[in-house]
Amino acid sequence: MKADTSPKTLQRCNDFVIKFANINGSGSASANELFARAVMRMGVPIAPRNIFPSNIQGMPTWYEMRVSGAGWLGRRGGCDLMVAMNPQTWDRDIAEIAPGGYLLYDSTKNLPRSRFRSDVVVLGLPLTEMCNSEYTDPRQRLLFKNIMYVGALTALLNMEFAVVEKLIAEQYRGKDKLIGANVNALKLGYDAAQEVLPCPIGLQVERANGVGDKIFINGNNACGLGAVYGGATVAAWYPITPSTPVIEAFSSYCRKYRTDPDNGKARYAVVQAEDELASIGMVIGAAWNGARAFTATSGPGISLMQEFFGLAYFAEVPVVVFDVQRGGPSTGMPTRTQQSDLIACAYASHGDTKHVLLFPEDPYECFTLGAQAFDLAERLQTPVFVLLDLDIGMNDSLCQPFEWDDQRRYDRGKVMSAAELEAGKNFGRYLDVDGDGIPWRTIPGTHPTKGAFFSRGTTRNAYAKYSEAGTDYVYNMERLRRKFETAKKILPQPVVRCAAQPTRHGAIYYGSTSPAMAEAFAQLNEQGIQIDLLRVRAFPFADAVIDFIAAHDVVFVVEQNESGQLRMLLLTEGEVDPKKLLRVLHYDGTPITASFISGRIAAALDAHKVSPIRKVAS
Amino acid sequence: MTYFAKPKLLRPDTPKNALGYTRRDYEGAISSLCAGCGHDSISAAVVQACFDLDIQPHRVAKLSGIGCSSKTPDYFLGNSHGFNTTHGRMPSVLTGAALANRDLIYLGVSGDGDSASIGIGQFAHAMRRGVDMTYLVENNGVYGLTKGQFSATADKGSKNKRGVVNTDSPIDLVALALQLGATYVARSFSGDKEQLIPLIKGALRHRGPAFIDVISPCVTFNNHAGSTKSYDYVREHNDAVNRLDFILPRDQIEASYAPGELRRVVQHDGSILLLRKLKTDYDPTDRVGAMNHLQERHAIGEIVTGLLFVDSTSESMHRHLNTVEKPLNQLGDAYLCPGNHALEALNASLR
Ligand SMILES: Cc1ncc(C[n+]2csc(CCOP(=O)(O)OP(=O)(O)O)c2C)c(N)n1
Ligand code: SF4
Ligand SMILES: [Mg+2]
Repeated sequence: MKADTSPKTLQRCNDFVIKFANINGSGSASANELFARAVMRMGVPIAPRNIFPSNIQGMPTWYEMRVSGAGWLGRRGGCDLMVAMNPQTWDRDIAEIAPGGYLLYDSTKNLPRSRFRSDVVVLGLPLTEMCNSEYTDPRQRLLFKNIMYVGALTALLNMEFAVVEKLIAEQYRGKDKLIGANVNALKLGYDAAQEVLPCPIGLQVERANGVGDKIFINGNNACGLGAVYGGATVAAWYPITPSTPVIEAFSSYCRKYRTDPDNGKARYAVVQAEDELASIGMVIGAAWNGARAFTATSGPGISLMQEFFGLAYFAEVPVVVFDVQRGGPSTGMPTRTQQSDLIACAYASHGDTKHVLLFPEDPYECFTLGAQAFDLAERLQTPVFVLLDLDIGMNDSLCQPFEWDDQRRYDRGKVMSAAELEAGKNFGRYLDVDGDGIPWRTIPGTHPTKGAFFSRGTTRNAYAKYSEAGTDYVYNMERLRRKFETAKKILPQPVVRCAAQPTRHGAIYYGSTSPAMAEAFAQLNEQGIQIDLLRVRAFPFADAVIDFIAAHDVVFVVEQNESGQLRMLLLTEGEVDPKKLLRVLHYDGTPITASFISGRIAAALDAHKVSPIRKVAS
Repeated sequence: MTYFAKPKLLRPDTPKNALGYTRRDYEGAISSLCAGCGHDSISAAVVQACFDLDIQPHRVAKLSGIGCSSKTPDYFLGNSHGFNTTHGRMPSVLTGAALANRDLIYLGVSGDGDSASIGIGQFAHAMRRGVDMTYLVENNGVYGLTKGQFSATADKGSKNKRGVVNTDSPIDLVALALQLGATYVARSFSGDKEQLIPLIKGALRHRGPAFIDVISPCVTFNNHAGSTKSYDYVREHNDAVNRLDFILPRDQIEASYAPGELRRVVQHDGSILLLRKLKTDYDPTDRVGAMNHLQERHAIGEIVTGLLFVDSTSESMHRHLNTVEKPLNQLGDAYLCPGNHALEALNASLR
């Protein structure tokens, strides 16, 4: 077949993917964000994602932004408009553009025709030349080039110039000189595009009403804020991508909200430890001593903390750990996303341990579950892991606005007071007095002669006195089992979404898979495939999770790891027939897409019709 | 010394301290260590020091790592909360506890394996960080609990029970503590309670990281000829630079010594460290001089003991962090949660 030399150009309104290819450290990030916010301010939902290397300067970085009037926030994949600002990655960037798509590039330097594609609309602007004639300062030349391409895009995509202008004014409020300079650069880009390029192109942004009162924030910041609202006073940490911003956010929100107005003193303490062993040790010490404490880390840090998780589990110390998951070891894929620490966290450490895991789906839940984690940890007196991932953590995302019930009080759990001890209440640190497996504790320094105990692992009886007796050990383990039964009831329950019609097919997913799953649900529905959804929000699993599996013949477990870690947990904890749980696994380091999920599910169900699996009684 | 079951009844003439407590109120469970283990003497010294200082037992938090030495917090201060943590990690857990409540007295107990081998990193960083604590290392040169392997403080050339010679260079935790910024550094010997008790008292009343290396012979695995951590060896090579008398602010009585023999150091809380000089040229406020002296004496096989360094202008971690006076673990919801109003403003800035 003869190649089509007159490409049909893409014609789409409020539904496309634009990708910026930049050089790390060139100041492009804030310009790209400006553009994103402008689209959002026009009422059109966006879902941007940073794709960046483990490097600070000079390496390629991409900002991939989905514009979706329909409000799909998962990654779509592909690229309809490439803003190619990095000569190093030119060839692969050009290759990535969809046929009929668009290329915006800096045409200062002449490039041979062979470097372009004939099925792509080429939009060249001499950005460097424009900057060089406008500015003398090399820094300005670099930075304003970015603002210029935002100006050009404003024209090309038929956006409202005033919206971008207003955003700049807000950003540099009180610094009039900066506002003027930025608006000037914006205008230069805008006018140049109007003059020499076919504005508007086939991709357009049209004012809509799809954003509402949603806010735009990333999960790491939301976790930091959640820790502030959750009452954390001690944070100890060791830097690691992609979790570092959780602590940075906590610190900066604390500076804002937790500085004593009278004397400028801090109602919090943040300590950068020498390693993750020390950071979790400090968190355990602080929590043992009655402060709400947390750390934030990523896979390699989780590995180092293992021994301490066992101590916290058996000594029953309420700590909170934010694990922003990423790929593999330190030389794994530290800047790529994965949900691959579930098993490492669920049974972290030696002995018969089990831990509470929470799975926020977006920044909103990073905030709510992040705050709730502290109540749960203290109620259950055990470590609680908040498992987000790089995709949620590092990318700004639209989500429901934060709210807080001012009537809410922290649940400090079963802490025996000096008055209760004085009144002669029976205190046995590891005694199950209430039948829920949760013992009472005392905070050091409470009472001069009552309630002190010596914390250690398991070589003790219910009164925390030294004991190596098997009966004491068994009593303790049985109580811990009861405690985790209690946990199932008080942990966040799963969210179920039923198909339009009754169906024997289900899918289970969690965390950052959420937006792609929602879109896949719609895609499958269009194909006539009915499937019920269940989003797991916590481990150990609520009964509703196991009931959901029982109520379906086939349940897809959709995850972003290679081994099907949630599926393994379901099999172990739910005693489910393995044949019922089909894997849908995405693990190349990029966020999962709706088309991947719906494609896999549709194909599997298709195959299924040919050779149906054994029906399992429910 | 091993504790035996204690009689319940107190004799009417049992001495009481200013709080009305007897020594018994500062004791703990019955020790399970070997009879004659140096560690038990250190426990007794801790009991005596706390009794003498009129410390409310529940105002002390005692934390330890893992080892025979780290078991000892169970054997003293039974009315204090304690935490037997993990091997080599007491410093971090104690640091966290100190962050949570700046008002308690923190006593960290460790062994030479616990601090110089597996835990050397945490030891070093706790010293650097200025954690307000008393850090006791019960140093016997071996891993007692795992049956006598050499630890990192074992001297080069020292022999184990089977005659095997240690070929690795020793780590001197005192030298490290000096170098890393500890503001109260001492070495003592479990067999010399006259020296040890005042050193512990001074440390408990010191602000900032106070480190005491206590040579504490392991009678079971390291008390033979050829060991440099045996009772005999330490007695023969004990090279004390000074003798400390610890004086509470309320008992200000000058002892009568010839001028020049005495050195007074006033700590932040008014307590006085009265040092009787045994080496006339030794200045315990000179960090560099202390390090030099230590190296010189070590080179000739002597064990330098006494209060080796003190900085009476020391600061603590909370000062560096500028935390509020009220302990963080006692701040109520209203002090911690910014409330919905703040969120509304924040939401508006995120659109
Ligand atoms: C992670 C870990 N590794 C090894 C051990 C085994 N272990 C227990 S005590 C000990 C050595 C303790 O030596 P030291 O601190 O000198 O105490 P001592 O018994 O001599 O007082 C070791 C290696 C452990 N408990 N944890
Ligand atoms: S083995 Fe050594 S250190 Fe341990 S209790 Fe016995 S004498 Fe003490
Ligand atoms: Mg030892």
